[in-house]
Amino acid sequence: MSDAEELRHLMATEGAAVSQNTKGFNQGRYDSTAKLSDYEGLKDEARAIKEDAIANLPDLIDQLRETVEDNGGTLYIADDAADANDYVREVVADRGAERVVKSKSMTSEEIEVNEALEADGVDVVETDLGEWVLQVADEAPSHIVAPAIHKSREAIAELFNEQFDPDESLETAEELTTFARNRLGELIEDAEVGMTGANFITADTGTMALVTSEGNARKTVAATDTQIAVAGVEKVVPSVEDLQPFVELIGRSGTGQDITSYLSLLTPPVDTPTVDFDDDETPLSELSTDRDFHLVLIDNGRMAMREDDDLRETLYCIRCSACSNSCANFQQVGGHAFGGKTYSGGIATGWEAGIEGLDTAEEFNDLCTGCSRCVDACPVGIDIPWINTVVRDRINGEKEGQFDFLVDGLTPDEEEGSPSLQKRFFGNFETVAKLGSITAPLSNWLADTAVSRQAMERVLGVDARRDLPQFQRETLVEWFADRDTTVTDPDRRAVLYPDLYTNHVQVERGKAAVRVLEALGVDVIVPPVASSGRAPLSQGMISTARDHAERVERALAPHIADGRDVVVVEPSDLAMFHREYERLLDDGADRLAANSYEVMEYVYGLLENGASVADLAPSGDDEIAYHSHCQQRTLGLEGHTVAVLERAGFDVRTSDVECCGMAGSFGYKTDYYDVSVAVGEDLRDQFTDDDAADRTVVASGTSCLDQLDDLLERPTQHPVELLAR
Amino acid sequence: MSASPLDTFVSALGSQDVPCERTTSTSFAATLAKHLREPAVGIPMEDLDVSLSDTDVTVDPTPAELKAADTGVTPASFAIADYGSVVIPGTSDGAELASLFVGRHVAVVDADDVVPGMETAFDRFGESFRDHASSAIIATGPSATADMGELVRGAHGPSEVHVIVLEDDDE
Repeated sequence: MSDAEELRHLMATEGAAVSQNTKGFNQGRYDSTAKLSDYEGLKDEARAIKEDAIANLPDLIDQLRETVEDNGGTLYIADDAADANDYVREVVADRGAERVVKSKSMTSEEIEVNEALEADGVDVVETDLGEWVLQVADEAPSHIVAPAIHKSREAIAELFNEQFDPDESLETAEELTTFARNRLGELIEDAEVGMTGANFITADTGTMALVTSEGNARKTVAATDTQIAVAGVEKVVPSVEDLQPFVELIGRSGTGQDITSYLSLLTPPVDTPTVDFDDDETPLSELSTDRDFHLVLIDNGRMAMREDDDLRETLYCIRCSACSNSCANFQQVGGHAFGGKTYSGGIATGWEAGIEGLDTAEEFNDLCTGCSRCVDACPVGIDIPWINTVVRDRINGEKEGQFDFLVDGLTPDEEEGSPSLQKRFFGNFETVAKLGSITAPLSNWLADTAVSRQAMERVLGVDARRDLPQFQRETLVEWFADRDTTVTDPDRRAVLYPDLYTNHVQVERGKAAVRVLEALGVDVIVPPVASSGRAPLSQGMISTARDHAERVERALAPHIADGRDVVVVEPSDLAMFHREYERLLDDGADRLAANSYEVMEYVYGLLENGASVADLAPSGDDEIAYHSHCQQRTLGLEGHTVAVLERAGFDVRTSDVECCGMAGSFGYKTDYYDVSVAVGEDLRDQFTDDDAADRTVVASGTSCLDQLDDLLERPTQHPVELLAR
Repeated sequence: MSASPLDTFVSALGSQDVPCERTTSTSFAATLAKHLREPAVGIPMEDLDVSLSDTDVTVDPTPAELKAADTGVTPASFAIADYGSVVIPGTSDGAELASLFVGRHVAVVDADDVVPGMETAFDRFGESFRDHASSAIIATGPSATADMGELVRGAHGPSEVHVIVLEDDDE
């Protein structure tokens, strides 16, 4: 696992280039997908094709074998990397090739075919300019689509000038490109074997789709007489027509391009004549078109992933990089930290766990905070946070318990394995909070002493630079129990769910929510209910989270049956009800999801249905800076808060960062404090510029408010507090 | 009234800075001349109503002539309006080579072969590939890379693309 120092080093050396490029790609994705008339429809179509293809994979592979052989090629299924490399080496040796030119392929990185061929004395040349830069620099890719994203133009110029000592020193991107093209062009022209990957392969015709921009993949195939394509078995789709949604989505989702320069649809062996560029006698039409083609489909753990209910979705991945670019943490640290042996970004946890094993996944899995921003960005709708959670749970399960006695009193969890002390502390935060409220303010005062903070940092990895939550002596549930409802003839009836933070820490926002709902004619109750399980889930403690989910569902079901709506203040807990409970509960999840609302969404609904905004606190024409919450945005609920505030007369400016950087417990952890603050800096910049500096700051999530409190020198609050009289 | 696929195609090319000229078979040779940077090589326009024989283009070149050429003229099987793309056939006449190993690619497409979008395009590919194993490149603008720190037009493939659209003489 990358520790704080390694992460700081990567952010200092590569962070600027990674950040600029990924944020550019991410904005490009928003702009480019917005031009599609039916983006969601295309995504659904792409998802359905992948689901069917993986379900029918053995049959599709049989069909593909037939079509490839009918076309005059060979299909080889390799069990693992060594098997694939042995086959490739044999093909190269049979051809008597001295040089293999390659276009970009992550799967070829996975099997390390370059090293295997080089051991045989074969000259292996990467022709994608980014990959070539890395080959020259002897570095690993830091991004699955733009492998040299961590290198600036200046760094590449320095590398080339040092390595090749050109007559004229290289400086501009254009000069660097021309130099690389000329040098690689010659190497391509007299290579014997061309190796490509494949983004998709159709079973009906044996056509492979290659998504590229530079033209090197085209040249790699056209200028050699033997093509080897290396791809994972999961790349097979049934028919040529199935390629259409992917072609429209892949560039937009990844680098934000509507389409890349070249979409090669190759049905190898291709008909293009083979050329010797010294030949000045034979016209192209009279040249031989005799070519060899070998398709090497690699299993390497994929067929086992197909049988794994939680990892299967990984196989739908089309390697577009949207989950990397949309990830606030990836934007800071890049794939050298947020990646395993081959793959990087959120989905890499699935790939590395399935291909390499849990040890490799563990190296970076904790960098996924579960913020869920990648879920909307993924063109095939993979629940990437869930894959990260499951893998975290499996990693926890492999651990031997060591110091569990230290926290056993605080950690009444359901885990059979042994998550780290830190994970058990954060995962059992409900118990910590209950004790904290009972003993407040003594608990706050003691916890904040230097001795306690040092101990917490040493034993639990809770960073001493963070302010701890201040537990309130009187919980929201206790406060509510002592008062009578103010509504006599209710328009609606609701349960305000006392989430962990609203109940114990941010009690004022809970009180404000009650007052606002009552002002709009809602009969509210605040019964004691267990915490949602978000805390243990975020630590990969799925059994504990499931136990919470069952208790919450049992407590809320009678109220729903009684006709009450469930109103939730904390977006991450609402997201549990809407997204994760389906996976945790045998039944009841649908009913809870259908009847639960984010508090401002609920207010919006009340106003839409006749409640009067005049019953809320007057705005005084205040100007607001509003930061929504990552999971709230994934649920599509940012707009409701903005609409309500505007209707109430506020002038609202919103942040457009993917995440605040705190992400629950993430920003409290010593190893990740610097990453968390770096992520938060974008938000700080947006809320301290000339237009925003004097605006009142509101945010929907507890951890966003904690982060904003640390970043800004002005008070923060939940938007519902603005509306309460 | 919504724009015709041809209008959409021309406007998509415009937003990519790809020069495009609409012409007729009668004026083709004169039009093409304006888009050539010599030496130029080309692939016979078999399915189109025009010929390269009256032009300065070396038709069906040798590999050495191809390597020396600055412009490559090829027919496009069809064009995709929404994306401003031309489809280069991977045929044994070497259209792939003449469109790739040059600095400027001039693609010639019949106005009747402009399809509205990817759905129609892939229906067409599906039918044709199942009928006969074949290959094609959907090419959109010049080759490009951002791998050297900023966007550069002209990576391994052509740095310029020009498109000539053939319309009927009486249009």
